[in-house]
Amino acid sequence: MANLHLGLIDYTILSLYFTFVLGIGWALKRYMKTSTDFFLSGRSIPAWITGLAFLSANLGAQEVIGMGASGAKYGIATSHFYWVGAIPAMVFVGIFMMPFYYGSRARSVPEYLKLRFDEKTRGFNAISFATMTVFSSGISMYAMGLLLGTLLGWDFNFSVIVSAVIVLLYIVLGGLTSAIYNEVLQFFLIVLGFLPLVFLGLRDAGGWTGLQQKLSRTATAQGFAPGTWTESWKFMTTPSANPMGVEWFGMIMGLGFVLSFGYWCTDFLVVQRAMAANSMGAARRTPLIAALPKMFFPFLVILPGMIAIALTYQSGASGFALPKKADGTFNYDMAIPMMLGHYFPSGILGLGLTALMASFMSGMAGNVTAFNTVWTYDIYQSYIRPGRSDQHYLWMGKMATVFGIAMSVVAAYVAAKFNNIMDLLQLVFAFVNAPLFATFLLGMFWRRATGHGAFLGLLMGTGAAALHHGLTAPVGSTTLIKGGWLGDVLHRYPSEMAQNFWTAIFAWTVCFLITIVASLATRHNRTDSELAGLVYSLTAKPSEHDLHAYQRPVVLGVLVLAVTLVLNIVFW
Amino acid sequence: MGLDIRLPIGFMFALVGVLLAVYGMTSDPSIYSRSLGININLWWGGVLLVFGLAMLLLANRVKRSDSK
Repeated sequence: MANLHLGLIDYTILSLYFTFVLGIGWALKRYMKTSTDFFLSGRSIPAWITGLAFLSANLGAQEVIGMGASGAKYGIATSHFYWVGAIPAMVFVGIFMMPFYYGSRARSVPEYLKLRFDEKTRGFNAISFATMTVFSSGISMYAMGLLLGTLLGWDFNFSVIVSAVIVLLYIVLGGLTSAIYNEVLQFFLIVLGFLPLVFLGLRDAGGWTGLQQKLSRTATAQGFAPGTWTESWKFMTTPSANPMGVEWFGMIMGLGFVLSFGYWCTDFLVVQRAMAANSMGAARRTPLIAALPKMFFPFLVILPGMIAIALTYQSGASGFALPKKADGTFNYDMAIPMMLGHYFPSGILGLGLTALMASFMSGMAGNVTAFNTVWTYDIYQSYIRPGRSDQHYLWMGKMATVFGIAMSVVAAYVAAKFNNIMDLLQLVFAFVNAPLFATFLLGMFWRRATGHGAFLGLLMGTGAAALHHGLTAPVGSTTLIKGGWLGDVLHRYPSEMAQNFWTAIFAWTVCFLITIVASLATRHNRTDSELAGLVYSLTAKPSEHDLHAYQRPVVLGVLVLAVTLVLNIVFW
Repeated sequence: MGLDIRLPIGFMFALVGVLLAVYGMTSDPSIYSRSLGININLWWGGVLLVFGLAMLLLANRVKRSDSK
């Protein structure tokens, strides 16, 4: 395996970064006076910072490494996860949904559900979300321990404990602000750490045209048409024509609509960043400002993966080859780490690894800050100890950070021991998340939607996801965790990705329909005055007269969508 | 909130930039066969230094316009 050797200079850069991370936490300590400071940064952060944090919170290492892996596995079609599966949803949440999140003064996404619907809908969302964040941060820790072990030969326990302690310290010290500031730092680290990799890789491959040529060999060697790795839409007409095994409808509806809107518009992990903004305008601009660099991230994280697979199929000429797993398939997850080791000499290698570690830690920190807020406001204050002083909840937030991280560490060890349990949990979370966007969409744009309707819709949607998964399976699956656990397999999908997309489509549709039917059948539980600020038709449009044209969400949104369209066409 | 994030970002990248550039000037040239013969430490160190200084400059300008 690629055991990289780090020199003194690399360790110096790495420790410099850790010093700054902790220093930022330390410098912010004296501003953490109330629970609002700790959980929502006192709603005082300017838009460019919340915007970069919005982007960065999602840019955990699984994202960076996973997108590099997909770049190697699927080629430029991976860009659908950005240009279809992120940007439109980010524009939507900024323009249409943020007025309700920010305007309602809800302190969390579950709290919005409580204001809009009822207690049980909030409880369902809060508990599933809190559990999910702890496990996600644990999985992030596990992945980091594993990677640093193979890459640098570091001890797993050492990696887990050190990262846990650092994240713990800077969040307990500086709360959400600390997490947000470090996410901004991490954003620049990733961009500046990976740009030279893309530059060197592209130069080595002979530019984009050289890469195209090399990748046509990759494609034909795997039995696809020559352009499959370098053209994103052309081979989406039938699932068998592309390595993803997905056709355009499943791609647009499953990924582009249900999954992407479900994540970017309802996941408190990202929405929390916008809630920390200093004004309504800033909150609405947050996802739009995040979308500007996000559009170009495929070049930063997908390209290195594409270059890695191109060099691998060049058969020995470059001396670079992706390692294989025990079962003989490529270990795609190693694409980006291997590329760092291949092109970076000591010195800049330290920078690249620091960027990678920063993304692991900010992935953890994002989950932990979302967890401590939902735990304290939506679970502790609501069900366990209501009516205490603000100082008490501030204290609880710090405690929640400590035990949230402690549980993540436990989850990391569980993941190391029982991989299946983690797969199972992620599957369950996918079921719970799939229908969520239907609930929010109806909640925000249809005032007749009721609490009972929303709750029933969510339950049935989650059930529909589980049912669909239990009755279908991807081609060639051998374990029940991939589907078909209800006995008969009614339909076989060409790939796991296609199955996931369709699970989401079914879950969303069922939740949408059941919520409408059940809402009409139950009594309207909120008066119009209670719904003011929570529902589109009962909320005054936010005034934009004091904003410059370039600050207006609609202007920014149209700009972002136009550029995205152009990118789709260029790489069609 | 109190701390201007551009300050730590600026300081950190300027410092890393100087470190890389100095290392690039003093390190054994043979290690750059990996990076296609380009002294990537020197070049990229320079870029990081410029970026860091630009951040510090921005922070400084905002501070001055605030205190006016």
